[in-house]
Amino acid sequence: MSLIKAENVSKDYRVVATKITKDYQTGEVVVRALREVTFDIESASFVSFIGPSGSGKTTLLNLIGCLDKPTEGNIQVAGVDVVKLDRKESARFRGNHIGFIFQDFNLIPVLTVFENIEYPLLMVQRTPAGERKKRVMTLLEAVGMADQQEKYPDQISGGQKQRVAVARALVTNAKLVLADEPTANLDTKTAYTVIELMKKMRDEFKTTFIFSTHDQRIVGEAEIVYSLADGELVGKQVKGEEKNG
Amino acid sequence: MGNLFKIAVRNLLRYKRRTILTTSLIAVGVIFVLGYISISGSFKTMIIGQITDSMLGHLQVHRKGYVASIENLPLNLNLRAPAYKKLEGILNQQPEVEAYSPRIKFGGMFSNFTETTNIRLNGVDPEKEFKTIPLLTSRIQNGQKNLNRGEILVPDLLARGMGVKVGDMVVVVATNQDGSVNGKQFKVSGILESATGPGGRDGYIHLGDAMEVLRMGEMEVSEVAIRIKHSSKVDAFTQKLDGLLSGEVNKQGKPIFEVHSWEKLSPFYNIARMIDVMTIFIQIMLIAVVLISVMNVLIMAVYERVREIGTIAAIGTLPGKILSMFMLEGLCLGLIGAVIGDIVGSAIIYILNLTGVITFDFARQTGLILKPTIDPVNVLAISAIVIVVSIVASLQPALKASRMEPIKALRHV
Repeated sequence: MSLIKAENVSKDYRVVATKITKDYQTGEVVVRALREVTFDIESASFVSFIGPSGSGKTTLLNLIGCLDKPTEGNIQVAGVDVVKLDRKESARFRGNHIGFIFQDFNLIPVLTVFENIEYPLLMVQRTPAGERKKRVMTLLEAVGMADQQEKYPDQISGGQKQRVAVARALVTNAKLVLADEPTANLDTKTAYTVIELMKKMRDEFKTTFIFSTHDQRIVGEAEIVYSLADGELVGKQVKGEEKNG
Repeated sequence: MGNLFKIAVRNLLRYKRRTILTTSLIAVGVIFVLGYISISGSFKTMIIGQITDSMLGHLQVHRKGYVASIENLPLNLNLRAPAYKKLEGILNQQPEVEAYSPRIKFGGMFSNFTETTNIRLNGVDPEKEFKTIPLLTSRIQNGQKNLNRGEILVPDLLARGMGVKVGDMVVVVATNQDGSVNGKQFKVSGILESATGPGGRDGYIHLGDAMEVLRMGEMEVSEVAIRIKHSSKVDAFTQKLDGLLSGEVNKQGKPIFEVHSWEKLSPFYNIARMIDVMTIFIQIMLIAVVLISVMNVLIMAVYERVREIGTIAAIGTLPGKILSMFMLEGLCLGLIGAVIGDIVGSAIIYILNLTGVITFDFARQTGLILKPTIDPVNVLAISAIVIVVSIVASLQPALKASRMEPIKALRHV
């Protein structure tokens, strides 16, 4: 039986991870990427996971985004235990509830800016044409790319590509957006612009943004910062509060 | 589906050179196959037409046992008058039959008064014979396109060897069933071009003259050649006639008649079958070309687009849709190649047909002009094969793409 029926998905896009552990088998060696990580992220938060390379940030985002499964523990997103979803259910859940922003933008090179944003509505959600156009145009205006909509990804700058990626992540009305190192390939000015844009989108669409970074320039922009080291959650800092843990 | 198609086409255009090379390869394969089918098919049809329309007819009826001894032209195995009457009655009732011609076949001596040689002769009713094998008149090189009592059509090889010309008088001597010998003078009314196959070097005289030479009291028939209205239905009509005649038995309860289509009487049938087998091999080669080229392109495409596959999978594209995306690319390659191949191939066949540049010799027939044609059904069948094979070839890479774990695909460098 499908676990992602509409009635099973809460309107509260809270992300709750309970003692999640992730092991990778590398040849004969088992590498523990995450160790009993537990957190609870409220809906419409602006959260960052920080830590050095290899600390488990990307692994954690992959687990929250139903791209991978933990070895132990469970994760609930909007009330759905995503660990129990099979491959197809995971794909459907991602398509309908989660937006992704990648470090390398990952736009589809054969589609224009407009079509890249439209893609999830067309291929994943099968939204009617009129509604599709309306939503894409809204997002294009919101990210300031309306005048570039006919261009292909190789005709726009890195910062513009990431704006398009943000729009693509939000176009499905996803209430949870996961961004893995979204500013790693951007210059400082553009990185701030993208983070500001993500914040603006959070405010406008009440979307939870969880992003990983080791970019010290933008860490301060997050409202909640979780610190990871060697797969363990070693700290949580809430903006305006004393450092915790 | 339209959007998937659009993405597939754009992805193919992304690697223009590779796409052009692959579709060109498929198109060239289709052109060669169409060319081969049209030329070999036209050759086959032409030669079969020559055999059935100038010698054998579409099928023949003999007295049981005659065909086994056909090289001896056994007069004692002729159909007697009552049997022929029965056969005539049955043939007259068959709507498929266009014409039929009774023949008395016999061997004899041919003399120009200075030299003598052997000859195989057909005694025929000219009106019926010309209707049954309409190309016979076109084989008459010199002389009138007819055959009257007291006249003989002499095969050209024999005429040349014996120095016989139209208008000359010759003598035919033959042994009849009783063993007695009889002869008759004939005027050469025409020289017959030799044709390849059984009966291709036989002479012709009037049926009445044959009866006279062989001293037949009443008409006996060695064989009845039959022409049917639709040559494509030879096998079906042969079976039908065989069924109708199988009930006709002699006093010993044994069947009187045997029915054979031209295929059983002419060695060219084996050549025709070889042509068919070679056509199948050519088609298999085309399948291999399409299979390998499409598979190669799509394996490369999947390998080059691993991260892209990971991205679309991550944002929720279902595996079935990813599968369709790549299979549509294969379909497009096959479709474009097939359409180009069909257009160019058909144009080449049309030009060859117009110019009539393909001439060939077949046995003693020289300067035959081949008019290659192709049945639209064949064009559609070849296109369908190419398209289906393209889809099949894309299945493995498409499955690989659709089964990719997004997380692994996204990590791919």
